[in-house]
Amino acid sequence: MSLKDIINKTLSQWMKGTGPESDIVIGSRVRLARNLSDVPFPQIADDEQKGYVIKEAKRALQQAKNALGDLEFIPMAEVSPLERQLLVEKHLISPAHTQQVKHKAVILRGDEAVSIMVNEEDHFRIQALFPGLAPFEAWELCSRVDDAFDEVLHFAYGDRFGYLTACPTNVGTGMRASVMMHLPALTMTDQIRKMISAVGKFGLAVRGIYGEGTEVLGNIYQLSNQITLGHSEEEIIRHLYKVTQQVLEHERAARERILAKDRLQLEDRIYRSYGILANARMIATQEAMQRLSDVRLGIDLGIVTGIEPRILQELMVMIRPAHLQKLMGQELDAPARDEKRAALIRERLRGQGR
Amino acid sequence: MCEVCHKEPATVHITRIVNDQKTEMHLCAQCARERGEVEMNFEPSFAFHNILAGLFEPESTMVSQRNRPVAVRCSRCGMSLADIRRLGKLGCSNCYAQFERELEPLLKRIHQSTDHAGKHPKDRGHDRRDVRREIERLRELLHIAVSKEAYEEAARLRDQIRSLELQAKED
Ligand SMILES: [Zn+2]
Ligand SMILES: [Zn+2]
Repeated sequence: MSLKDIINKTLSQWMKGTGPESDIVIGSRVRLARNLSDVPFPQIADDEQKGYVIKEAKRALQQAKNALGDLEFIPMAEVSPLERQLLVEKHLISPAHTQQVKHKAVILRGDEAVSIMVNEEDHFRIQALFPGLAPFEAWELCSRVDDAFDEVLHFAYGDRFGYLTACPTNVGTGMRASVMMHLPALTMTDQIRKMISAVGKFGLAVRGIYGEGTEVLGNIYQLSNQITLGHSEEEIIRHLYKVTQQVLEHERAARERILAKDRLQLEDRIYRSYGILANARMIATQEAMQRLSDVRLGIDLGIVTGIEPRILQELMVMIRPAHLQKLMGQELDAPARDEKRAALIRERLRGQGR
Repeated sequence: MCEVCHKEPATVHITRIVNDQKTEMHLCAQCARERGEVEMNFEPSFAFHNILAGLFEPESTMVSQRNRPVAVRCSRCGMSLADIRRLGKLGCSNCYAQFERELEPLLKRIHQSTDHAGKHPKDRGHDRRDVRREIERLRELLHIAVSKEAYEEAARLRDQIRSLELQAKED
Protein backbone atom coordinates (compact mmCIF):
# COMPACT_ATOMS: atom_id res chain seq x y z
CA MET A 1 0.00 0.00 0.00
CA SER A 2 1.56 3.27 -1.09
CA LEU A 3 0.62 6.88 -0.50
CA LYS A 4 -0.85 6.86 -4.03
CA ASP A 5 -3.19 4.01 -3.07
CA ILE A 6 -4.26 5.77 0.11
CA ILE A 7 -4.81 9.04 -1.73
CA ASN A 8 -6.74 7.29 -4.50
CA LYS A 9 -8.92 5.33 -2.13
CA THR A 10 -11.83 7.57 -1.26
CA LEU A 11 -13.29 5.49 1.52
CA SER A 12 -11.39 5.11 4.77
CA GLN A 13 -12.21 2.30 7.15
CA TRP A 14 -13.90 4.70 9.56
CA MET A 15 -16.29 5.96 6.88
CA LYS A 16 -17.83 2.54 6.28
CA GLY A 17 -20.67 3.32 8.68
CA THR A 18 -20.42 0.17 10.77
CA GLY A 19 -19.53 -0.35 14.42
CA PRO A 20 -21.45 -0.04 17.69
CA GLU A 21 -24.11 2.73 17.99
CA SER A 22 -23.41 3.68 14.39
CA ASP A 23 -26.82 5.32 14.03
CA ILE A 24 -25.35 8.26 15.99
CA VAL A 25 -21.65 7.63 16.54
CA ILE A 26 -19.62 8.08 13.38
CA GLY A 27 -16.23 7.19 14.74
CA SER A 28 -13.86 6.99 17.70
CA ARG A 29 -10.33 8.28 17.80
CA VAL A 30 -7.47 7.93 20.28
CA ARG A 31 -4.28 9.93 19.99
CA LEU A 32 -1.10 9.45 22.01
CA ALA A 33 1.61 12.12 22.28
CA ARG A 34 5.15 10.77 22.68
CA ASN A 35 8.57 12.43 22.64
CA LEU A 36 12.16 11.29 22.56
CA SER A 37 13.88 12.05 25.84
CA ASP A 38 17.14 13.42 24.44
CA VAL A 39 15.91 15.99 21.88
CA PRO A 40 14.04 19.29 22.42
CA PHE A 41 10.39 19.38 21.39
CA PRO A 42 9.83 20.15 17.66
CA GLN A 43 8.91 23.81 18.11
CA ILE A 44 12.42 24.72 19.28
CA ALA A 45 14.43 21.80 17.85
CA ASP A 46 16.93 22.70 15.10
CA ASP A 47 17.18 20.97 11.72
CA GLU A 48 19.71 18.46 12.91
CA GLN A 49 17.62 17.49 15.94
CA LYS A 50 14.45 17.14 13.89
CA GLY A 51 16.39 15.08 11.36
CA TYR A 52 17.44 12.82 14.22
CA VAL A 53 13.78 12.29 15.19
CA ILE A 54 13.02 11.31 11.58
CA LYS A 55 15.94 8.87 11.58
CA GLU A 56 14.78 7.34 14.86
CA ALA A 57 11.23 7.02 13.51
CA LYS A 58 12.49 5.08 10.50
CA ARG A 59 14.66 2.88 12.68
CA ALA A 60 11.74 2.09 14.98
CA LEU A 61 9.51 1.37 12.00
CA GLN A 62 12.07 -1.04 10.56
CA GLN A 63 12.45 -2.94 13.80
CA ALA A 64 8.77 -2.90 14.67
CA LYS A 65 7.75 -4.29 11.29
CA ASN A 66 6.77 -7.67 12.69
CA ALA A 67 4.61 -6.17 15.41
CA LEU A 68 3.03 -3.42 13.31
CA GLY A 69 2.84 -4.81 9.78
CA ASP A 70 2.12 -2.72 6.72
CA LEU A 71 3.09 0.84 7.70
CA GLU A 72 4.42 3.37 5.26
CA PHE A 73 6.77 6.24 6.07
CA ILE A 74 5.98 9.36 4.05
CA PRO A 75 8.00 12.61 4.29
CA MET A 76 5.53 15.51 4.09
CA ALA A 77 7.83 17.37 1.69
CA GLU A 78 7.17 14.63 -0.87
CA VAL A 79 3.41 15.06 -0.60
CA SER A 80 1.84 17.69 -2.88
CA PRO A 81 -0.18 20.51 -1.26
CA LEU A 82 -3.42 19.02 -2.63
CA GLU A 83 -2.59 15.58 -1.25
CA ARG A 84 -1.73 17.09 2.14
CA GLN A 85 -5.17 18.65 2.16
CA LEU A 86 -6.69 15.27 1.28
CA LEU A 87 -4.99 13.72 4.31
CA VAL A 88 -6.42 16.50 6.50
CA GLU A 89 -9.92 15.95 5.10
CA LYS A 90 -9.58 12.24 5.86
CA HIS A 91 -8.65 13.16 9.46
CA LEU A 92 -5.28 11.42 9.11
CA ILE A 93 -3.15 14.48 9.84
CA SER A 94 -3.78 17.86 11.47
CA PRO A 95 -3.94 21.10 9.46
CA ALA A 96 -0.78 22.24 11.28
CA HIS A 97 1.08 19.26 9.81
CA THR A 98 0.66 20.64 6.27
CA GLN A 99 2.68 23.79 7.09
CA GLN A 100 6.48 24.10 7.16
CA VAL A 101 6.83 20.52 6.07
CA LYS A 102 10.61 20.23 6.20
CA HIS A 103 11.41 17.40 8.66
CA LYS A 104 7.75 16.50 9.05
CA ALA A 105 6.50 13.04 8.14
CA VAL A 106 3.45 10.85 8.42
CA ILE A 107 3.38 7.10 8.91
CA LEU A 108 0.23 5.44 7.57
CA ARG A 109 -1.26 1.99 7.73
CA GLY A 110 -2.95 0.83 4.54
CA ASP A 111 -6.45 0.72 6.02
CA GLU A 112 -5.94 4.22 7.50
CA ALA A 113 -6.83 2.94 10.96
CA VAL A 114 -3.37 4.03 12.18
CA SER A 115 -1.55 7.25 11.38
CA ILE A 116 1.51 8.67 13.11
CA MET A 117 2.56 12.29 12.69
CA VAL A 118 6.29 12.86 13.18
CA ASN A 119 7.55 16.29 14.34
CA GLU A 120 4.16 17.88 14.78
CA GLU A 121 3.72 19.57 18.18
CA ASP A 122 5.30 16.48 19.75
CA HIS A 123 7.89 14.19 18.17
CA PHE A 124 5.24 11.51 17.71
CA ARG A 125 1.48 11.68 17.57
CA ILE A 126 0.09 8.16 17.28
CA GLN A 127 -3.54 8.02 16.19
CA ALA A 128 -6.05 5.21 15.77
CA LEU A 129 -9.43 5.77 14.15
CA PHE A 130 -12.34 3.31 14.35
CA PRO A 131 -15.91 3.44 13.00
CA GLY A 132 -18.71 3.61 15.57
CA LEU A 133 -18.40 3.79 19.36
CA ALA A 134 -15.12 1.93 19.86
CA PRO A 135 -12.75 4.05 21.97
CA PHE A 136 -11.40 1.01 23.86
CA GLU A 137 -10.46 -0.68 20.59
CA ALA A 138 -8.81 2.51 19.37
CA TRP A 139 -6.87 2.79 22.64
CA GLU A 140 -5.69 -0.81 22.45
CA LEU A 141 -4.43 -0.36 18.92
CA CYS A 142 -2.65 2.90 19.79
CA SER A 143 -1.11 1.26 22.81
CA ARG A 144 0.15 -1.64 20.71
CA VAL A 145 1.87 0.78 18.33
CA ASP A 146 3.28 2.62 21.34
CA ASP A 147 4.60 -0.68 22.77
CA ALA A 148 6.32 -1.56 19.51
CA PHE A 149 8.01 1.86 19.36
CA ASP A 150 8.88 1.65 23.05
CA GLU A 151 10.92 -1.50 22.32
CA VAL A 152 13.23 0.61 20.16
CA LEU A 153 12.98 4.24 21.32
CA HIS A 154 13.55 5.95 24.64
CA PHE A 155 10.45 8.04 25.27
CA ALA A 156 10.49 11.07 27.58
CA TYR A 157 8.83 9.92 30.79
CA GLY A 158 8.97 11.10 34.37
CA ASP A 159 7.79 9.04 37.28
CA ARG A 160 5.68 11.89 38.60
CA PHE A 161 4.28 13.61 35.50
CA GLY A 162 4.20 10.56 33.20
CA TYR A 163 4.77 11.01 29.46
CA LEU A 164 6.28 14.46 28.95
CA THR A 165 4.73 16.54 26.18
CA ALA A 166 5.36 19.93 24.58
CA CYS A 167 2.12 21.29 25.99
CA PRO A 168 1.25 20.67 29.65
CA THR A 169 -2.38 20.06 28.64
CA ASN A 170 -1.27 16.66 27.28
CA VAL A 171 1.18 15.56 29.97
CA GLY A 172 0.64 12.28 31.86
CA THR A 173 -1.03 9.79 29.60
CA GLY A 174 -0.46 12.00 26.55
CA MET A 175 -3.83 10.67 25.47
CA ARG A 176 -6.73 12.43 23.80
CA ALA A 177 -9.70 10.13 23.18
CA SER A 178 -12.67 11.39 21.22
CA VAL A 179 -16.00 10.25 19.88
CA MET A 180 -17.53 11.79 16.76
CA MET A 181 -21.33 12.01 16.93
CA HIS A 182 -24.20 13.12 14.71
CA LEU A 183 -26.59 15.03 17.00
CA PRO A 184 -29.30 16.66 14.89
CA ALA A 185 -32.15 16.36 17.40
CA LEU A 186 -30.19 17.83 20.31
CA THR A 187 -29.21 20.69 18.00
CA MET A 188 -32.76 21.26 16.70
CA THR A 189 -34.20 21.38 20.20
CA ASP A 190 -31.31 23.59 21.34
CA GLN A 191 -30.40 21.16 24.12
CA ILE A 192 -26.90 20.96 22.75
CA ARG A 193 -25.76 24.09 24.55
CA LYS A 194 -26.84 22.69 27.90
CA MET A 195 -25.08 19.44 27.08
CA ILE A 196 -21.85 21.22 26.18
CA SER A 197 -21.70 23.00 29.51
CA ALA A 198 -22.77 19.83 31.36
CA VAL A 199 -19.99 17.63 29.99
CA GLY A 200 -17.52 20.41 30.77
CA LYS A 201 -18.11 19.68 34.42
CA PHE A 202 -16.91 16.13 33.81
CA GLY A 203 -13.58 17.08 32.30
CA LEU A 204 -14.78 16.56 28.74
CA ALA A 205 -15.14 19.03 25.91
CA VAL A 206 -17.50 19.18 22.94
CA ARG A 207 -16.67 20.95 19.74
CA GLY A 208 -17.71 20.90 16.12
CA ILE A 209 -15.82 18.32 14.14
CA TYR A 210 -13.99 20.72 11.87
CA GLY A 211 -11.72 22.56 14.20
CA GLU A 212 -12.22 24.67 17.28
CA GLY A 213 -14.39 27.73 17.43
CA THR A 214 -15.61 27.33 13.87
CA GLU A 215 -19.26 26.78 13.13
CA VAL A 216 -20.50 23.23 13.57
CA LEU A 217 -20.97 21.57 10.19
CA GLY A 218 -23.71 19.01 9.68
CA ASN A 219 -24.52 18.71 13.40
CA ILE A 220 -21.43 16.59 13.90
CA TYR A 221 -19.74 17.02 17.25
CA GLN A 222 -16.66 15.62 18.87
CA LEU A 223 -16.59 14.73 22.56
CA SER A 224 -13.12 14.34 24.06
CA ASN A 225 -11.25 14.21 27.36
CA GLN A 226 -9.50 17.34 28.59
CA ILE A 227 -7.72 15.77 31.54
CA THR A 228 -4.65 13.66 30.81
CA LEU A 229 -2.93 13.56 34.20
CA GLY A 230 -4.00 11.72 37.34
CA HIS A 231 -6.21 9.05 35.78
CA SER A 232 -5.27 5.92 33.88
CA GLU A 233 -6.03 5.62 30.18
CA GLU A 234 -8.72 3.03 30.90
CA GLU A 235 -10.39 5.28 33.50
CA ILE A 236 -10.40 8.21 31.10
CA ILE A 237 -11.91 6.13 28.32
CA ARG A 238 -14.45 4.47 30.57
CA HIS A 239 -15.52 7.94 31.67
CA LEU A 240 -15.77 9.16 28.06
CA TYR A 241 -17.73 6.04 27.17
CA LYS A 242 -20.24 6.53 29.99
CA VAL A 243 -20.83 10.18 29.17
CA THR A 244 -21.18 9.33 25.47
CA GLN A 245 -23.87 6.81 26.31
CA GLN A 246 -25.77 9.49 28.20
CA VAL A 247 -25.49 11.84 25.25
CA LEU A 248 -26.79 9.08 22.97
CA GLU A 249 -29.75 8.52 25.26
CA HIS A 250 -30.59 12.22 25.18
CA GLU A 251 -30.27 12.36 21.40
CA ARG A 252 -32.54 9.33 20.96
CA ALA A 253 -35.08 10.74 23.40
CA ALA A 254 -35.03 14.09 21.58
CA ARG A 255 -35.62 12.30 18.26
CA GLU A 256 -38.58 10.41 19.70
CA ARG A 257 -40.02 13.61 21.12
CA ILE A 258 -39.77 15.51 17.84
CA LEU A 259 -41.27 12.55 16.01
CA ALA A 260 -44.20 12.38 18.44
CA LYS A 261 -44.84 16.12 18.60
CA ASP A 262 -43.87 17.57 15.24
CA ARG A 263 -43.77 14.68 12.83
CA LEU A 264 -45.20 16.64 9.89
CA GLN A 265 -42.75 19.54 10.28
CA LEU A 266 -39.87 17.11 10.62
CA GLU A 267 -40.89 15.16 7.51
CA ASP A 268 -41.29 18.42 5.62
CA ARG A 269 -37.80 19.54 6.61
CA ILE A 270 -36.24 16.21 5.70
CA TYR A 271 -37.97 15.97 2.32
CA ARG A 272 -37.13 19.58 1.48
CA SER A 273 -33.48 18.86 2.18
CA TYR A 274 -33.68 15.69 0.12
CA GLY A 275 -35.27 17.63 -2.72
CA ILE A 276 -32.53 20.25 -2.67
CA LEU A 277 -29.72 17.67 -2.60
CA ALA A 278 -31.33 15.71 -5.43
CA ASN A 279 -31.85 18.77 -7.62
CA ALA A 280 -29.51 21.63 -6.73
CA ARG A 281 -27.07 22.79 -9.40
CA MET A 282 -24.78 24.61 -6.96
CA ILE A 283 -24.32 24.00 -3.25
CA ALA A 284 -21.82 25.26 -0.66
CA THR A 285 -20.24 22.92 1.92
CA GLN A 286 -22.16 24.35 4.84
CA GLU A 287 -25.58 23.96 3.25
CA ALA A 288 -24.70 20.56 1.86
CA MET A 289 -23.67 19.34 5.33
CA GLN A 290 -26.87 20.63 6.91
CA ARG A 291 -29.06 18.99 4.22
CA LEU A 292 -27.11 15.74 4.46
CA SER A 293 -27.63 15.80 8.20
CA ASP A 294 -31.39 16.15 7.67
CA VAL A 295 -31.48 13.29 5.17
CA ARG A 296 -29.39 11.09 7.44
CA LEU A 297 -31.82 11.77 10.29
CA GLY A 298 -34.63 10.80 7.94
CA ILE A 299 -32.85 7.53 7.17
CA ASP A 300 -32.28 6.81 10.88
CA LEU A 301 -35.96 7.45 11.66
CA GLY A 302 -37.22 5.31 8.77
CA ILE A 303 -38.74 8.35 7.02
CA VAL A 304 -36.36 8.15 4.05
CA THR A 305 -35.81 4.64 2.73
CA GLY A 306 -33.50 3.05 0.21
CA ILE A 307 -30.45 5.22 0.98
CA GLU A 308 -27.48 3.84 2.87
CA PRO A 309 -26.88 5.64 6.20
CA ARG A 310 -23.19 5.94 5.47
CA ILE A 311 -23.95 8.51 2.77
CA LEU A 312 -23.44 11.17 5.46
CA GLN A 313 -19.88 10.26 6.47
CA GLU A 314 -18.93 9.39 2.90
CA LEU A 315 -20.11 12.66 1.43
CA MET A 316 -18.95 14.78 4.35
CA VAL A 317 -15.42 13.89 3.27
CA MET A 318 -15.96 13.65 -0.49
CA ILE A 319 -17.55 17.09 -0.88
CA ARG A 320 -14.65 18.88 0.79
CA PRO A 321 -12.46 21.04 -1.48
CA ALA A 322 -9.39 18.80 -1.88
CA HIS A 323 -11.46 15.67 -2.47
CA LEU A 324 -13.58 17.42 -5.08
CA GLN A 325 -10.49 18.68 -6.89
CA LYS A 326 -8.91 15.25 -6.74
CA LEU A 327 -12.07 13.69 -8.14
CA MET A 328 -12.26 16.21 -10.98
CA GLY A 329 -8.53 16.07 -11.62
CA GLN A 330 -8.18 19.84 -11.66
CA GLU A 331 -8.00 22.92 -9.50
CA LEU A 332 -11.41 24.49 -8.94
CA ASP A 333 -12.40 27.92 -7.67
CA ALA A 334 -15.23 28.26 -5.15
CA PRO A 335 -18.14 28.61 -7.65
CA ALA A 336 -16.83 25.67 -9.68
CA ARG A 337 -16.56 23.61 -6.50
CA ASP A 338 -20.17 24.45 -5.59
CA GLU A 339 -21.22 23.21 -9.03
CA LYS A 340 -19.20 19.97 -8.87
CA ARG A 341 -20.31 19.37 -5.29
CA ALA A 342 -23.97 19.58 -6.31
CA ALA A 343 -23.31 17.25 -9.25
CA LEU A 344 -21.51 14.71 -7.07
CA ILE A 345 -24.31 14.66 -4.51
CA ARG A 346 -26.98 14.31 -7.22
CA GLU A 347 -25.09 11.44 -8.75
CA ARG A 348 -24.68 9.76 -5.38
CA LEU A 349 -28.41 10.03 -4.65
CA ARG A 350 -29.57 8.99 -8.11
CA GLY A 351 -31.16 5.58 -8.15
CA GLN A 352 -31.29 5.63 -4.36
CA GLY A 353 -34.31 6.59 -2.28
CA ARG A 354 -37.65 7.77 -3.55
CA MET B 1 -32.63 24.55 53.56
CA CYS B 2 -29.52 22.45 54.26
CA GLU B 3 -30.19 18.73 53.95
CA VAL B 4 -27.89 17.77 56.80
CA CYS B 5 -28.40 20.20 59.67
CA HIS B 6 -31.82 21.50 58.54
CA LYS B 7 -30.91 24.81 60.20
CA GLU B 8 -28.91 26.96 57.77
CA PRO B 9 -29.96 27.94 54.25
CA ALA B 10 -28.41 25.72 51.57
CA THR B 11 -25.77 27.64 49.63
CA VAL B 12 -23.73 24.78 48.19
CA HIS B 13 -25.33 22.63 45.50
CA ILE B 14 -23.56 19.47 44.45
CA THR B 15 -24.64 17.48 41.40
CA ARG B 16 -23.02 14.15 40.74
CA ILE B 17 -23.48 11.44 38.17
CA VAL B 18 -22.15 8.10 39.31
CA ASN B 19 -23.14 4.88 37.57
CA ASP B 20 -25.61 6.81 35.45
CA GLN B 21 -27.41 7.89 38.62
CA LYS B 22 -27.80 11.60 39.11
CA THR B 23 -27.92 12.87 42.67
CA GLU B 24 -28.19 16.39 43.98
CA MET B 25 -27.25 17.67 47.41
CA HIS B 26 -28.05 21.01 48.93
CA LEU B 27 -25.90 21.96 51.91
CA CYS B 28 -25.05 24.99 53.98
CA ALA B 29 -21.49 26.24 53.83
CA GLN B 30 -20.57 24.77 57.22
CA CYS B 31 -21.87 21.26 56.47
CA ALA B 32 -20.37 21.35 53.01
CA ARG B 33 -16.98 22.10 54.51
CA GLU B 34 -17.35 19.29 57.03
CA ARG B 35 -18.21 16.82 54.31
CA GLY B 36 -15.74 18.36 51.96
CA GLU B 37 -13.17 15.61 52.16
CA VAL B 38 -15.62 12.84 51.48
CA GLU B 39 -17.23 14.75 48.67
CA MET B 40 -14.06 15.88 46.97
CA ASN B 41 -12.93 12.31 46.65
CA PHE B 42 -15.84 11.21 44.51
CA GLU B 43 -15.31 12.99 41.26
CA PRO B 44 -12.87 15.80 40.95
CA SER B 45 -14.76 19.03 40.36
CA PHE B 46 -13.81 19.47 36.73
CA ALA B 47 -14.26 23.22 36.52
CA PHE B 48 -13.13 24.03 33.03
CA HIS B 49 -12.94 27.34 31.34
CA ASN B 50 -10.52 28.04 28.61
CA ILE B 51 -7.52 26.16 29.89
CA LEU B 52 -5.14 27.49 27.33
CA ALA B 53 -6.06 31.11 27.98
CA GLY B 54 -5.06 30.67 31.60
CA LEU B 55 -1.82 28.88 30.89
CA PHE B 56 1.24 30.30 32.54
CA GLU B 57 -0.45 33.33 33.96
CA PRO B 58 2.15 35.25 35.91
CA GLU B 59 0.18 34.81 39.19
CA SER B 60 0.54 31.06 39.05
CA THR B 61 4.29 31.24 39.13
CA MET B 62 4.91 34.38 41.14
CA VAL B 63 4.95 32.84 44.59
CA SER B 64 7.53 30.22 43.86
CA GLN B 65 9.57 32.55 41.73
CA ARG B 66 10.16 34.90 44.59
CA ASN B 67 12.93 32.72 45.99
CA ARG B 68 14.60 32.08 42.67
CA PRO B 69 16.56 34.13 40.23
CA VAL B 70 14.09 35.23 37.55
CA ALA B 71 16.51 34.36 34.79
CA VAL B 72 16.72 30.66 35.63
CA ARG B 73 16.88 28.58 32.44
CA CYS B 74 16.43 24.92 31.60
CA SER B 75 19.87 23.36 31.77
CA ARG B 76 19.21 21.33 28.64
CA CYS B 77 17.26 23.51 26.18
CA GLY B 78 17.98 26.94 27.62
CA MET B 79 14.35 28.06 27.86
CA SER B 80 13.42 30.44 30.66
CA LEU B 81 10.00 30.68 32.28
CA ALA B 82 9.41 33.85 30.29
CA ASP B 83 10.18 31.96 27.06
CA ILE B 84 7.79 29.17 28.04
CA ARG B 85 5.06 31.63 28.90
CA ARG B 86 5.51 33.40 25.58
CA LEU B 87 5.58 30.15 23.57
CA GLY B 88 2.78 28.46 25.54
CA LYS B 89 4.85 25.30 25.39
CA LEU B 90 7.83 23.74 27.09
CA GLY B 91 11.18 23.45 25.34
CA CYS B 92 12.19 19.91 26.21
CA SER B 93 11.38 17.06 28.56
CA ASN B 94 13.94 18.34 31.05
CA CYS B 95 11.88 21.54 31.49
CA TYR B 96 9.46 19.47 33.56
CA ALA B 97 12.18 18.67 36.09
CA GLN B 98 13.74 22.14 35.91
CA PHE B 99 10.48 23.99 36.51
CA GLU B 100 8.66 21.34 38.55
CA ARG B 101 7.71 23.78 41.31
CA GLU B 102 6.35 26.37 38.88
CA LEU B 103 4.46 23.77 36.86
CA GLU B 104 2.77 22.16 39.84
CA PRO B 105 0.00 24.74 40.37
CA LEU B 106 -0.54 24.96 36.64
CA LEU B 107 -0.95 21.20 36.23
CA LYS B 108 -3.21 21.14 39.25
CA ARG B 109 -5.38 23.76 37.58
CA ILE B 110 -5.53 21.95 34.24
CA HIS B 111 -5.83 18.36 35.43
CA GLN B 112 -6.85 18.58 39.12
CA SER B 113 -3.86 16.36 39.73
CA THR B 114 -0.08 16.40 39.63
CA ASP B 115 0.61 12.67 39.59
CA HIS B 116 0.52 10.33 36.63
CA ALA B 117 -1.56 7.19 37.09
CA GLY B 118 -1.45 5.54 33.68
CA LYS B 119 0.78 3.56 31.38
CA HIS B 120 4.57 3.72 31.57
CA PRO B 121 7.45 2.65 29.33
CA LYS B 122 8.24 -1.03 29.75
CA ASP B 123 11.64 -0.50 31.34
CA ARG B 124 10.65 2.35 33.66
CA GLY B 125 8.08 3.31 36.27
CA HIS B 126 5.77 1.19 38.37
CA ASP B 127 2.21 0.39 37.70
CA ARG B 128 -0.02 2.54 39.86
CA ARG B 129 -3.02 1.48 37.84
CA ASP B 130 -4.07 -1.43 40.05
CA VAL B 131 -4.14 0.75 43.15
CA ARG B 132 -5.97 3.49 41.26
CA ARG B 133 -8.57 1.03 40.06
CA GLU B 134 -9.14 -0.20 43.59
CA ILE B 135 -9.52 3.40 44.79
CA GLU B 136 -12.11 4.08 42.08
CA ARG B 137 -14.04 0.98 43.09
CA LEU B 138 -14.04 1.95 46.77
CA ARG B 139 -15.14 5.48 45.89
CA GLU B 140 -18.18 4.15 44.12
CA LEU B 141 -18.98 1.97 47.14
CA LEU B 142 -18.47 5.01 49.38
CA HIS B 143 -20.91 7.00 47.32
CA ILE B 144 -23.52 4.27 47.63
CA ALA B 145 -22.93 4.08 51.38
CA VAL B 146 -23.34 7.84 51.79
CA SER B 147 -26.50 7.92 49.70
CA LYS B 148 -27.93 5.13 51.90
CA GLU B 149 -26.79 7.13 54.95
CA ALA B 150 -24.72 4.16 56.12
CA TYR B 151 -22.20 6.47 57.75
CA GLU B 152 -20.22 3.87 59.67
CA GLU B 153 -19.53 1.95 56.51
CA ALA B 154 -18.75 5.21 54.73
CA ALA B 155 -16.18 6.12 57.38
CA ARG B 156 -14.55 2.70 57.06
CA LEU B 157 -14.40 3.01 53.27
CA ARG B 158 -13.01 6.53 53.50
CA ASP B 159 -10.16 5.34 55.75
CA GLN B 160 -9.42 2.54 53.32
CA ILE B 161 -9.32 4.98 50.42
CA ARG B 162 -7.02 7.32 52.33
CA SER B 163 -4.48 4.64 53.07
CA LEU B 164 -4.54 3.45 49.46
CA GLU B 165 -4.04 7.02 48.28
CA LEU B 166 -1.00 7.35 50.52
CA GLN B 167 0.31 4.09 49.11
CA ALA B 168 -0.25 5.31 45.57
CA LYS B 169 1.73 8.45 46.35
CA GLU B 170 4.66 6.62 47.94
CA ASP B 171 4.92 4.12 45.10
ZN1 LIG C 1 -26.02 22.46 57.28
ZN1 LIG D 1 14.11 22.33 28.56
